[in-house]
Amino acid sequence: MIVNRFERQVILPGFGQEGQAKLKQASVLVIGAGGLGCPVLLYLAAAGVGRIAVVDGDVISQSNLNRQVLYGEKDLGKNKADTAVRYFQEKYSDIQWTAIPEFITVDNAQAHIFHYDLVIDGSDNFPTRYLVNDASVLLKKPLVYGSIYQHEGQVSVFNVGSHPCNYRDVFPNPPAPQEIPNCAETGVLGVLPGIIGNLMALEAIKVLAGLGKPLSNKLLLFNSLDTQFQELEIQPNPANQSALPASWNEFHQRDYTSAFEGIQQLTWNEAMKLMGQEVAFVDVREPGEEPPLECTGLVKVPFSTLPNELDRFEEAEEILCFCQSGIRSKKAAQLLQQTYPDKKIFSIRGGINALKS
Amino acid sequence: MPNYIRLKAFGMLAEKIGTDSLEIENPGSSEALRRLLLEQFPALQSLTFRMAVDRKLLQAETDISAGQEIALLPPFSGG
Repeated sequence: MIVNRFERQVILPGFGQEGQAKLKQASVLVIGAGGLGCPVLLYLAAAGVGRIAVVDGDVISQSNLNRQVLYGEKDLGKNKADTAVRYFQEKYSDIQWTAIPEFITVDNAQAHIFHYDLVIDGSDNFPTRYLVNDASVLLKKPLVYGSIYQHEGQVSVFNVGSHPCNYRDVFPNPPAPQEIPNCAETGVLGVLPGIIGNLMALEAIKVLAGLGKPLSNKLLLFNSLDTQFQELEIQPNPANQSALPASWNEFHQRDYTSAFEGIQQLTWNEAMKLMGQEVAFVDVREPGEEPPLECTGLVKVPFSTLPNELDRFEEAEEILCFCQSGIRSKKAAQLLQQTYPDKKIFSIRGGINALKS
Repeated sequence: MPNYIRLKAFGMLAEKIGTDSLEIENPGSSEALRRLLLEQFPALQSLTFRMAVDRKLLQAETDISAGQEIALLPPFSGG
């Protein structure tokens, strides 16, 4: 037997040369090279995954150094993806590295994810997590998910198995911005992302090498204060399908960065085609806003009173909101969507102003 | 057997409730439990969370029986 740097894992029963060959042939896209991404990268690289790309548009700052163990004082101000890749290129010559020093967006996600066998979500914000989830679902790529909050972590494997789950089966829609703590205010001991990141690397290796039972259809919870693990069973939920973009076209048009993610926007032309019996057509402008719009089936519910009149829409199957410029109608649509998660709710892009022009 | 259930709260929910583990009288259903929680802990009203009964994430509202363990699960975004 040839002794190489993988000898100790190749002699493992159930892994062997075959497992190693699978890792060597595999490619992984790691999104976020921060607290989770650093340990993920360390162990995927050490294990010999053949091709690894690192996506991160952020730069290294002093406060990262308690947990982002790939970086040191000399790296402050440098891009994370570039710095991580440079570090590994010196360490292991048998891996093909790609640094992508930018943030993942609706414009680049498809092109980046397409080229890899597995995606790791080590990001640190909800918009990115939902974006990465949705793009991975559209591409049917295994996604290893991990996230942390103070002394707790969550890990799962999405889009793997015969009844695959994705993040929207657990949390169909992102929380409202006001309920998300400011990252800068949330403390973390570096060991926690170290543990969660290692679990993520383990899950990735299991999926790629066909080893053991990956955490698909399971959500693993870890609490570092009492060192407790708990596993929850999760199932694909058809009701959550509507929260996913149905096509790349829909994906590209989503605004994941705003609070209104999930609210589909329509042009007036698209909206007109939807009009019908079961559709509530709602003007959320305040009385007196010009020009008034009158047509059959139009309901006028000013945005200021909407919270008290939500029950007026119980019968509608679909709800179309518009306002003067398209901003209040997005807020209104979001409020309605929270009240009626199963209804299709739309906001008309540009509002009355778009109709005038 | 007394009709009690055990709640396990995670993340920010444990902070708002003031403890990560709590035994309460069984309100009978997931809907009733959610109502009860929002009433007793108004700070939860603005938070997104899911429930799991005996370690299975709920797909739809369900009855709750005595002795069951209910996990209250918020989304985490940190990394």
